[in-house]
Amino acid sequence: MKKKLVTAIADMQEEEALRLAREMLDRGEDPQAILDAGSEAMAIIGNRYDEKIYFLPELIIAGEMMKQLGDLVKPKLQARATQTKPLGTVIIGTVAGDIHDIGKDVVAFMLDVNNFTVHNLGVDVSAATFVEKIRELKPDILGMSGFLTMAFEQMKKTINAIKEAGMRDKIKIMIGGTIMDENAAKFVGADAYGADASAAVKLAKSWTGGK
Amino acid sequence: MSDKSPEQLYQERVKRCLDVAALRVPDRVPVFGPYQLYPYTFAGVTFKDAMNDYALAREACHRFQDYFQPDLDFGPILAYPAPAMELLKINWFKWPGRGLDDHIMYQYMDSENMKAEEYDEFIYDPSHFIMSKWLPRSFPPLQGLTNWPAIRTFMWFGWTGGFAGLAAKQVQEALRNAAAAGEELGRWFDSIGQYATEMKAKGTPQLYAAFDWPPFDIIGDTLRGTRQVLMDMRRRPDKLLGALEVATKIFVEYGSAAEGAELPYCWIWMHKGTRNFMSDEQFKTFYWPFLRKGMLALIDKGIIPVVYCEADVESRLEHFADVPKGKVIYHVSTTDMVKAKSVLGGIAAIAGNVPNVMLLSGTPDDVRAYCKKLIDTVGKDGGFIIDAAVMLDQAKPENLKAMIDFTKEYGVYR
Repeated sequence: MKKKLVTAIADMQEEEALRLAREMLDRGEDPQAILDAGSEAMAIIGNRYDEKIYFLPELIIAGEMMKQLGDLVKPKLQARATQTKPLGTVIIGTVAGDIHDIGKDVVAFMLDVNNFTVHNLGVDVSAATFVEKIRELKPDILGMSGFLTMAFEQMKKTINAIKEAGMRDKIKIMIGGTIMDENAAKFVGADAYGADASAAVKLAKSWTGGK
Repeated sequence: MSDKSPEQLYQERVKRCLDVAALRVPDRVPVFGPYQLYPYTFAGVTFKDAMNDYALAREACHRFQDYFQPDLDFGPILAYPAPAMELLKINWFKWPGRGLDDHIMYQYMDSENMKAEEYDEFIYDPSHFIMSKWLPRSFPPLQGLTNWPAIRTFMWFGWTGGFAGLAAKQVQEALRNAAAAGEELGRWFDSIGQYATEMKAKGTPQLYAAFDWPPFDIIGDTLRGTRQVLMDMRRRPDKLLGALEVATKIFVEYGSAAEGAELPYCWIWMHKGTRNFMSDEQFKTFYWPFLRKGMLALIDKGIIPVVYCEADVESRLEHFADVPKGKVIYHVSTTDMVKAKSVLGGIAAIAGNVPNVMLLSGTPDDVRAYCKKLIDTVGKDGGFIIDAAVMLDQAKPENLKAMIDFTKEYGVYR
């Protein structure tokens, strides 16, 4: 049954997945098995995204399914399950003045699925907030997103603020967004540019020693 | 160029831009000017002021245009009228003074203004849906329109109840609010019109004769919202397809405003068809057929669709090639231009794509080298327009000047 659930989630059968999960709970199966199935399915979905079989619609639906399964299971979960050690911690956000979030959220989701601890600061995040959160959460990686052309200067400003706070050498910084590229990364002082969520995961893994 | 009259300049520019679309080799490579926020930055005007003071916006665009002189110009139409938007309290938009700082470009907020179960209502009578649901959801002062009677039921003696419905207090109030916004919008459009007339007198045509949005984006942008419409491709494909048929007709209506214009460019803002929003299969099913059908209808009316892709479209080029020759222009954002030319050469003109980061952080020499490479490769034999990769908000003036002046000098076809 767990296998069926994995397949249903991975194949985007939303109703079937929820039905199976409910049935498993009714039968008295361990709620953790449902979350495990979710994780397994997410790995498959992640691979399909890398292989360009799945795109944004599927990642968004996958996110919704995970939330629904979580809501279903959480009340029945006795203790928090032991989790594998995360590969690293990532802070992610869209820079000040910019309120675009879809691409950034997909990157956050894919990093999460790939076993990173992700702190998503949302949109319109000021340089000061980034600095404060880096100080507080001590991430390995900072991801900044921007859609507007003025995001270039805002990213630069943020990275300068991180430098001034003496924390630049403690983190790796990646940027993303429609008009970003390697030259933009150079201009703003980031370590790298990622074209999509797959690229972001690859970068994050390469920086944290994940495979 | 200084010895030419504004009238000559105007005709020359129109011809150049018609030639490039038709794949006739023009006298030189045209250079566009769709700069959304940049003219105001250049003129030292905050975007907030430009959105609030129509005369100030016009003056800024004049200063920009007088100095840079691209072949075509957008003018102040992208400085949306803040006073009218304030009156309507539009709630899926943020702009300087309402949620954003004074110098920031306005932005759209993703929201769901048509629920999943309302597809049939929209398909049956889009106008009534817009009037009674979409308007009140978008504009709180128009809340009373939720009581708007369905005009389609006015026939025979239906008008009796219909007109009685119009007398409802909430409806009257909403109509008064709409009219007040309409008056403000009238002032704004007068300013836009005045600018276009003044620009014509100086010899520069406007870049757009109509604005349009691909059918998928008509449904996705402000009706269903991005997340919802993307999921709808899987969750309720048939409903979405039905709505796209309707949206295609609306697309043709929007674009038909360009019919009969001297330069009948219909500027199409392509949002979710770019890059990796969806798979090729999904693009082939939900996006392209409707956009293509709509564009063919516009082409039949003598209109030139200019598809402004807001992000990389390399994965869509093969589809883009399926249009009649010499009728469409694709503005391809950050897409590899050589690749774009190899697929679209001889079929459609392409526009682009000096990187925005180069215009902001590079040097005039960088810009000239980039333009030279483009003109030498993709510019060979026409079918090519130089422009920034995406709409410009920030740049060093000397870089933008280099892009435009170099193109005028080096881009001459001999």
